[in-house]
Amino acid sequence: MTGRAAGVLTACGAAAAAAALALLPRATDNQAVLDWAFLVYLYAALAQSWNLLGGFAGQVNLGLAAFFGLGALVTRTLWLGGMPPAEALALGTAAATVTGVIIGAPCLRLRGPYFAIGTLAVAEILRITVGNALPNVSSLPARMLATYRLAPRYELALGLLAAVTAASWWLTRSRFGCGLTAIREDEGVAEAIGVHAFRHKFAAFILSALFAGAAGGVYGFYQLSFYPSSAFGPLWTFDPLLIVYLGGVGTVLGPLAGAAFFLLLREALSLRLGDFYLLVFGILFLVVVIAVPGGFMEAIRALGRRPEERTTP
Amino acid sequence: MPLSIFEQNAIFGLLIGGLYGLAAVGLSLVFGVLKILNVAHGELLMLGGYAAFWLFTLWHVDPFMSLVPSAAAMFLIGALLYRLLFARLLYAPDDLKLKNSILIGFGLSLVLQTAALLAWTADERAVETAASGAVLPVGGVVVPVLRLASLGVAFAVLAGLHVFLQKTRWGTAVRATADDVEAAEIVGIPVPRVFLGAFGLGSALAGVAGALVSVTASVNPTVGLSWTLKALIVVVLGGMGNIFGTFVAGLFLGVAEAVSGFVLGNAYREIMGLVLFLVVISVRPQGLFSRE
Repeated sequence: MTGRAAGVLTACGAAAAAAALALLPRATDNQAVLDWAFLVYLYAALAQSWNLLGGFAGQVNLGLAAFFGLGALVTRTLWLGGMPPAEALALGTAAATVTGVIIGAPCLRLRGPYFAIGTLAVAEILRITVGNALPNVSSLPARMLATYRLAPRYELALGLLAAVTAASWWLTRSRFGCGLTAIREDEGVAEAIGVHAFRHKFAAFILSALFAGAAGGVYGFYQLSFYPSSAFGPLWTFDPLLIVYLGGVGTVLGPLAGAAFFLLLREALSLRLGDFYLLVFGILFLVVVIAVPGGFMEAIRALGRRPEERTTP
Repeated sequence: MPLSIFEQNAIFGLLIGGLYGLAAVGLSLVFGVLKILNVAHGELLMLGGYAAFWLFTLWHVDPFMSLVPSAAAMFLIGALLYRLLFARLLYAPDDLKLKNSILIGFGLSLVLQTAALLAWTADERAVETAASGAVLPVGGVVVPVLRLASLGVAFAVLAGLHVFLQKTRWGTAVRATADDVEAAEIVGIPVPRVFLGAFGLGSALAGVAGALVSVTASVNPTVGLSWTLKALIVVVLGGMGNIFGTFVAGLFLGVAEAVSGFVLGNAYREIMGLVLFLVVISVRPQGLFSRE
């Protein structure tokens, strides 16, 4: 089978899977299942958006929450102010993207740990500022609660996940994606063979900000009540990061597998263990980072190889 | 009288700044020698704070007396964490080492934070000794005795660290390893033990800083991230691997925060440090007080 044919086949399979999942709200009325699936899509989309820059280009962005929070804040405010949901979501996504353009250039000039910590500092600045400026909880008014339905939110999250997964898949097959991978492996060599490292990283940063902002917007429609600053909290960066590392860094399917596993485990642990679940979670994360640096996808790939080919990374 | 209020704020900033410096030196030492970034440094500081609090609350041990045993305990905890989590990173390429150390540090901070929450609840804990309210009047302002003592301890610890690094055989080995790992190995320095010791020492410094924080302010299970950020800011302002530069940068950040809190409102004092940090890493990544 040629590469092109395999690609078409993969795309058809993915579209069929997405279509089947889109029909789930018609097949079941079980709100708990839909709610769980919604969260899987939301977290997978956020993880996927982190992966665009962090996984493919190797730039550890610890400020993803800044874009998620901005998307949530702007979309929610406009929507509650009376704007139609589609326009509110578009403007919320635009706000996050524009912020990505503004802070992307100065942040990407920072190297190694400075980039990671610089982006974390940006997110913390926004979190504290929003917490000071908007200290009150944002709740849906009674008239909106009366008409609240999970199904459209479910479809929106699924659509977002499909879009960001398609973007990620495109990165594995395009010249631009190859450029990012070259930068991740060795920036100096990438520059030497003609990859403009800064432009590539900047574009990936903006793409990542765009999808994280859209995910924030979806969260803004979904959540009944939340403090605006909580959407800027560091967990909105670290949970997606955890998911990417669980699933497999720089892979298309890794964030999907990671998100499903993450939320299954979270549901199971928080039901059984109550407050202990975060402790078990943190330990699990450490075990994965230390013992299986490639995540699930790498483990599966290693199992598929013949024994003599197996190497421990 | 606005001027004396301003001066009073600046003094408070200077006193807390000594602790920023102390918190940052441990982080800087670990970064300088092992080339890894331990983002759970703030959580180690929190553990030191709880150690001082519980020793005082349960057995009435004065926090200044418990500094030495709790520093020793934090050294051992640090050595254990190093062995379990960080040791296998050391021969990875620098880039990968740094990235993975951030991830491991994040996982560790989640574990320590949750464990502290489960064991000791979310309450703010502070050591209240007989001297807690005491102040020294100086001119138009007052200086709280315990904060002054903490600043003195912080300075003494850093001076001790300076002497250790400059004058002793082990200190020389640590500096040599920080300069060039391969050359250090070639001349027979036991590099794995130096790494273990440096990480333990960094943890002990965090523990001492935490004990002083519980005396002069308070600790709770979630203070870690904000202390890690403060330590990072100070390390960047002071320049890597420069002990007294780091201490001066700590004082500088303390005063800058206090003054901006006074001018802009207290809610924004945290932001001042972060903004200062972003400005400095953008224009002068080698640090404000570095001679390079």
